[in-house]
Amino acid sequence: MLDINKIREQFPVLSRKVNGQDLVYFDNGATTQKPQSVIDAESNYYTNENSNVHRGVHFLSGLSTDKFEETRNTIKDFIGAKQNQEIIFTKGTTDSINLVANGFRTLLKSGDEVIISELEHHSNIVPWQICCEISGSTLKVIPILDNGELNMLEFENLLTENTKLVAVSHVSNALGTINPIEEVIEKAHKVGAKVLIDGAQAASHISLNMQELDADFYAFSAHKMYGPTGVGVLYGKEEVLNNLPPYQGGGEMIKEVSFTKTTYADLPHKFEAGTPNISGVIAFKNAIDLISEIGVETISKHEDKLLKHATSELLKIEGVKVYGTSEKKSGIISFNIEGLHPYDIGMIVDKMGVAIRTGHHCAQPIMEKFNIPGTARISLAIYNTKEEIDLCINAIKKAKLMLS
Amino acid sequence: MSTIQEIQEEIIEDFAMFDDWMQKYEYLIDLGKELSPIDEKYKTEDNLIRGCQSRVWLHAEHNDGKIIYTADSDAIISKGIVAILINVLSGKSPSEIANAKLEFINEIGLKEQLSPTRSNGLVSMIKQMKIYAIAYNK
Repeated sequence: MLDINKIREQFPVLSRKVNGQDLVYFDNGATTQKPQSVIDAESNYYTNENSNVHRGVHFLSGLSTDKFEETRNTIKDFIGAKQNQEIIFTKGTTDSINLVANGFRTLLKSGDEVIISELEHHSNIVPWQICCEISGSTLKVIPILDNGELNMLEFENLLTENTKLVAVSHVSNALGTINPIEEVIEKAHKVGAKVLIDGAQAASHISLNMQELDADFYAFSAHKMYGPTGVGVLYGKEEVLNNLPPYQGGGEMIKEVSFTKTTYADLPHKFEAGTPNISGVIAFKNAIDLISEIGVETISKHEDKLLKHATSELLKIEGVKVYGTSEKKSGIISFNIEGLHPYDIGMIVDKMGVAIRTGHHCAQPIMEKFNIPGTARISLAIYNTKEEIDLCINAIKKAKLMLS
Repeated sequence: MSTIQEIQEEIIEDFAMFDDWMQKYEYLIDLGKELSPIDEKYKTEDNLIRGCQSRVWLHAEHNDGKIIYTADSDAIISKGIVAILINVLSGKSPSEIANAKLEFINEIGLKEQLSPTRSNGLVSMIKQMKIYAIAYNK
């Protein structure tokens, strides 16, 4: 039996007050809160273990290297990858996508095509725009339907033998749509294209198995799954990563350096130039352990229950319009109230201790499609409760009353 | 006619009467609703203040040595904030506006408007109003 209070106790920030009220935190799509185990691991690293990884012969260097690699192994198991060297540590999802897009600048040529979707976060749009501009290739966009689902018929029309890469999100950060990535991957592979999945909004909400999924790349961030900021993961199939040119040059990513010819290190180090966020990576393991203890399926069920409750309560408020009504949806609700600006709603509910996001959510093309300046967004995590939803709904009702 | 300083003091007094945030925001919302409408033709891309989550249009006219500001916003709280600024600065001379020290902002407990993301709104509004004043002051 899932005991949410037990879980909440592990997240110290959840018991603080905001503007004199109990904090109700519904901005988990932006970043989740951190459990004590993650906070302690960061602190313990600097108190007892600090040393650079993969370099020294001394005791502490060995210790930090072991713990750093332990996280890599934990992630490998968590996402069902085949081997540890398929897990690359980055700064975050944005960095992971840029790593791939940067490599494709030299792999692509004029006439090649990259496909993204209208649903994407700016960080899965702009790197491809830059990549296409520099390589002379063409960027194509899968349109979305009015309910926020990908138009899969259009996707098939866009796929040609010129398609070299398809980059789509697993879950839309602005609408919550769960995209049919299995189908996207299968169809893209049929024309020989590689596929990158932006999993930033999925990794702690949907269970993953890279070997079954067959994605070439899968990117996600630690901080959206109860881990530290500044740590991300790029999963890539071994052979695909081997064929991708390095991203940044520097220490740790080389085999031999000379002024005539430098050779690169093997995976994963080829893509991990410079000293990484060691404490963050080590503490990230505690976050994954927490998720695994609870179970992704359990998290997913809990969040789905909250999503349904929140959606039905929201829709009882007159004038509410929910954006993103796809059949398969993750715990994200984007909405507006007729005649009110989302910014005003966000400001007023904040005074009542409720943290929601307002604005375009770094997905301006979606806002343009719906012809709105932005939305208010509730995004859920494992520690959220039905009572919090009710507090939030009351705050929204009060805001509506004040603002109308 | 009251000086900028006197108007600021009146606003501080007005806000001192409120006991809680709700009354302050309700007052701000009312100010937004009461703000004289801007001429639709001035709601242009050029008159948009950058850096706000909501859209705020600001127009300035120079008449008889005084600057008259008009503004609008699609968000009511932003409109209330710009309304207060207009109450303080509109109808004053360019040099008065350019040199005005707007101390009331901290005094009225709307300080959170100055926190990084939100403030852009308020800070950019003041900056734009002063830029007009400096331009007319030449």
